[in-house]
Amino acid sequence: MKFEAVIGLEVHVQLDTKSKMFTRVPCGFGKPPNSLTDAVVLGLPGALPVMNREAIDKSIKVGLLLGCKIAPVCKWDRKNYFYPDMPKNYQITQFDQPICEGGEVEIELPGDSPAVMGEHRMVKLTRIHLEEDVGKLTHYENDSLVDYNRAGSPLLEIVSEPDMYSPEETFSFLTSLRNSLIYAGISSCDMEKGQLRCDANISVRPVGTKTLGTKVELKNLNTISGVKNGVEYEIKRQIKAIEEKEEIVQETRRWNPDQRYTTPMRSKEMAHDYRYFPDPDLMPVKIDQAWIDGIAKQVPEKPFDKQRRYMSELNLPYSITSALCPDFSLCQYFELVVSLTKDPKKVGNWVVNDLLRELSNANSETNPIAVEESPVTPQHLAELVDLIDKGVISNNVAKELFPEMFSSGKSASELVQEQGLEVKSDQGEIESICVRAIENDPDAAQKFRDGKEGAINALKGFVMKETRGQANPKVVDTMLRDLLSN
Amino acid sequence: MSNATIISKTAVELSRSLSEKELSSQEVAQAYLEQIDRVDPQVHAFLHRDDDDFLAQANASDKRRAEGNTLGPLDGIPVAIKDVISVQGQPLTAASKILENYISPYDATVIRKLKDAGAVIGGRLNLDEFAMGSSTENSAYGPTRNPWDFDRVPGGSSGGSSAAVASREAPLTLGSDTGGSIRQPASLCGVVGVKPTYGMVSRYGLAAFASSLDQIGPFSQTVEDAALLLETISGHDPLDSTSFPTEVPQYSAALRDPLTPCTLGLPKEFFGEGIDDEVRKAIDETIEFYKSLGHKIVEISLPTTDLAVPVYYVIATAEASSNLARYDGIRYTSRSEQSENAINVYAKSRGEGFGEEVKRRCILGAYGLSSGYYDAYYLKAQKTRTLIREDFSRVFKEVDVILTPTAPTPAFKFGEKSNDPISMYLSDIFTISTNLAGLPALSVPCGFTNSGLPIGMQLIGQAFEESSLLSIAHAYDREHRFGCQSPNI
Amino acid sequence: MSESDPNPMDIDYVSNLARIELTKEEREKFHHQLGDVLQYFEKLKEVDVDGVEPTAHAFPRFNVWDEDQAKEPFSVKQAIQNAPQSRNSQIVVPKVVED
Repeated sequence: MKFEAVIGLEVHVQLDTKSKMFTRVPCGFGKPPNSLTDAVVLGLPGALPVMNREAIDKSIKVGLLLGCKIAPVCKWDRKNYFYPDMPKNYQITQFDQPICEGGEVEIELPGDSPAVMGEHRMVKLTRIHLEEDVGKLTHYENDSLVDYNRAGSPLLEIVSEPDMYSPEETFSFLTSLRNSLIYAGISSCDMEKGQLRCDANISVRPVGTKTLGTKVELKNLNTISGVKNGVEYEIKRQIKAIEEKEEIVQETRRWNPDQRYTTPMRSKEMAHDYRYFPDPDLMPVKIDQAWIDGIAKQVPEKPFDKQRRYMSELNLPYSITSALCPDFSLCQYFELVVSLTKDPKKVGNWVVNDLLRELSNANSETNPIAVEESPVTPQHLAELVDLIDKGVISNNVAKELFPEMFSSGKSASELVQEQGLEVKSDQGEIESICVRAIENDPDAAQKFRDGKEGAINALKGFVMKETRGQANPKVVDTMLRDLLSN
Repeated sequence: MSNATIISKTAVELSRSLSEKELSSQEVAQAYLEQIDRVDPQVHAFLHRDDDDFLAQANASDKRRAEGNTLGPLDGIPVAIKDVISVQGQPLTAASKILENYISPYDATVIRKLKDAGAVIGGRLNLDEFAMGSSTENSAYGPTRNPWDFDRVPGGSSGGSSAAVASREAPLTLGSDTGGSIRQPASLCGVVGVKPTYGMVSRYGLAAFASSLDQIGPFSQTVEDAALLLETISGHDPLDSTSFPTEVPQYSAALRDPLTPCTLGLPKEFFGEGIDDEVRKAIDETIEFYKSLGHKIVEISLPTTDLAVPVYYVIATAEASSNLARYDGIRYTSRSEQSENAINVYAKSRGEGFGEEVKRRCILGAYGLSSGYYDAYYLKAQKTRTLIREDFSRVFKEVDVILTPTAPTPAFKFGEKSNDPISMYLSDIFTISTNLAGLPALSVPCGFTNSGLPIGMQLIGQAFEESSLLSIAHAYDREHRFGCQSPNI
Repeated sequence: MSESDPNPMDIDYVSNLARIELTKEEREKFHHQLGDVLQYFEKLKEVDVDGVEPTAHAFPRFNVWDEDQAKEPFSVKQAIQNAPQSRNSQIVVPKVVED
């Protein structure tokens, strides 16, 4: 029997706001333990929550970005359970009236090769709701320590339908979702900082059947590859179990990334009787069309839409767009350079090859460098492209120049002047080198004369080498042909 | 001026004496401390005192006055606080063992407002643990006694707040009222107590019992004093999302305006069986008095009255079960020494830290919200709550205020009801429907039984109409001033 | 719940939900008392609330919020001053049984 997997994801995203969801204590990562609290965060007697408007705005923005229906009215509920990372022992969340319903995430499956676009598909969403994050527990041998810095940060839960069928699809889903959220300035989605977290619901069923199999919830998927690997393992485990006539138990399992297997989690006693009820401390939210329209203006073009536009309007090849478009800042850089010069394709090549290479070389964990901080500014790159275009420098010189521009922060023209790298178009000087080239390689000269067009390249190479690439290729070409035809 | 004279004064009288320099705030503070020393060993209204801080505040007030920077009529007047309202640097036990060692790191909004008005914040007053009870017997630190009869309860949950005013240990106190916790003890102790409209006074800093019902309010000897304290603590607070954005009228000024004839409604459901004869008689005399002033008295009907108690107990316990979940032995509450892991630390700390009534209500509340019972209990109660609100809206098309007894009986004896939750719950039968409807209501002393126990009447007003409610109450109170009579202690 | 059972409440289940350990005596007493209370609540069953909206707030409003401005938090000392046990500026809790 052949089996197929059915997968749904629950993605938690920390919203990028200055202050927490229900109090104006700053949000932050990596601050000294318990330095981002107040009476509300700690759930002291008498503390009361007050909504953060920006978090609502951002949630609406996500809803519009993902094509959800924005609820005209949503409210706040308390989810009651006891855990040391939860200061009030209830979490303020949205139970039966979430802020967004429906919606979809466009995914791209891997193509036949990295240069070929893969199949695109929409993965349906169930709902999106807003809630508050919990604190962080660190476990020691005999006890655990709690830091409440993260507690109360605004957290968006995005729930997909069971609408993915392979580990690759979950990978594509998360990648696409993450790109979109970063595009819209919703969150930095740094999984290492816990800004994006994911649980997966996985079941398998015989191919051709419609009913869903018994669902297993998989936790501790801390990286996007972790999700893919964990899901992959769990699908295999379930299929094997069924084939061996074992029953799949509805349970929560943990992914152990180092040992690469899943283990059942001790089921929390009665974890499912959360006693939800409307939070009497908070008033509901009413969202009218004018509010939605205002936010719609801030919703950016989605990554895949941008990619399609680059391909159709700018004639960029897929391979360039697939490197550019996942990165919003890189696209902004690219578009700025294009606006300053012409040829988008040439600019695209410079950005995805040279700029990305230099950035990645310069990047270090202690000192990460963002596109915005690139020493080669968009103006510098535009000027470099223009210099090649005008024939002031050759492409080869430009390629060598780029790393120097990156390390020095100087513009191409500055470096060209300093090092005297302008293209040589002096006919007399080029002619003497061309003559030497022919004398140096009579074989190639003869072959060309015999009709082998390609043989001229060897002669050109000699000239470029002698001139350190500074000879104007057009002049060299004309000169060689003249000399060889005589 | 003798200490006995000082402590017999109302807040308005004290304020006048202070501004006429007949008295200093220091002298006032000393007089009250002496009275507390003298009577509190028996009354036990106070759970905690910080005399140095109290006197320092009084001193600061005198200094302001000497420099001509007096902050207003409450400057230099002591106000003692129910031990559920946060005062920075002071304990807040909510009369529970679980909060035995807690010191509040922040001020409640009402405290900030009182400090801004120059009031001298006094000690911490006893209550039923987490404001759950009607007798103050549920305090983990021992009950408060009724100053009129030490064998009887002062009412609750704000029993310390009412007893402190009645025994002249403070001219003004703050309490909180979720189902009658200000009005019922005010009635049983013979003082004035006001529960404002829900949203009129910020709850920020009040340890929550039932968030959708709780309100902070004043206790005093007279309606005039209550008006003064209420106008100081009222007003919109951005830190409380349920606080209502409305102007706060100068209630004490409004009391001086002549009262136009109005209509008082007597809900027939409140005058049935179960009312003590002497209470009934006192209310009848009150009704006659209002008639004599030219006000109209009409009988009205609030058919949902008998539903109020079950609706209240379903909603209040549900909210409480969630609100009190934070008292868990982890961050700031006492931790059981028996706790072995992160699971039983909760059950053990809460089992040891909470008293019986709190446990009973948290369990009842969790049940009403639990899977399979939510619709039958919590949701049903919320819908029935709508019917109760609508009842009042309808009645207030005909009348200006509603007049009822505050409690069916005068103060009862210790132990009389403590083992019968339902009979204890029914002692709030006249007060809880106003919390469900969010309406303002107050209790004014309206006489004594033959054995000398105080009796109170309740007036219920329309939402955010504290001004007319207080004026109508004042019309009675200024002629009778039962709250100015002192128990012989 | 069955009509005949005076107390349909599973007190062990609910006290565990509420994380309150009861003594044997309390358990007995509560079972009896809460049974009475639930009996008393039966009144609610007879109320016709067809088409009635629930009241969550006495005076409902919408969109009560604050702008996203960061204010001064508690100091670390303030944050942990009341903790029954703390270490390295964090609250110590008994070992969380990893689940």
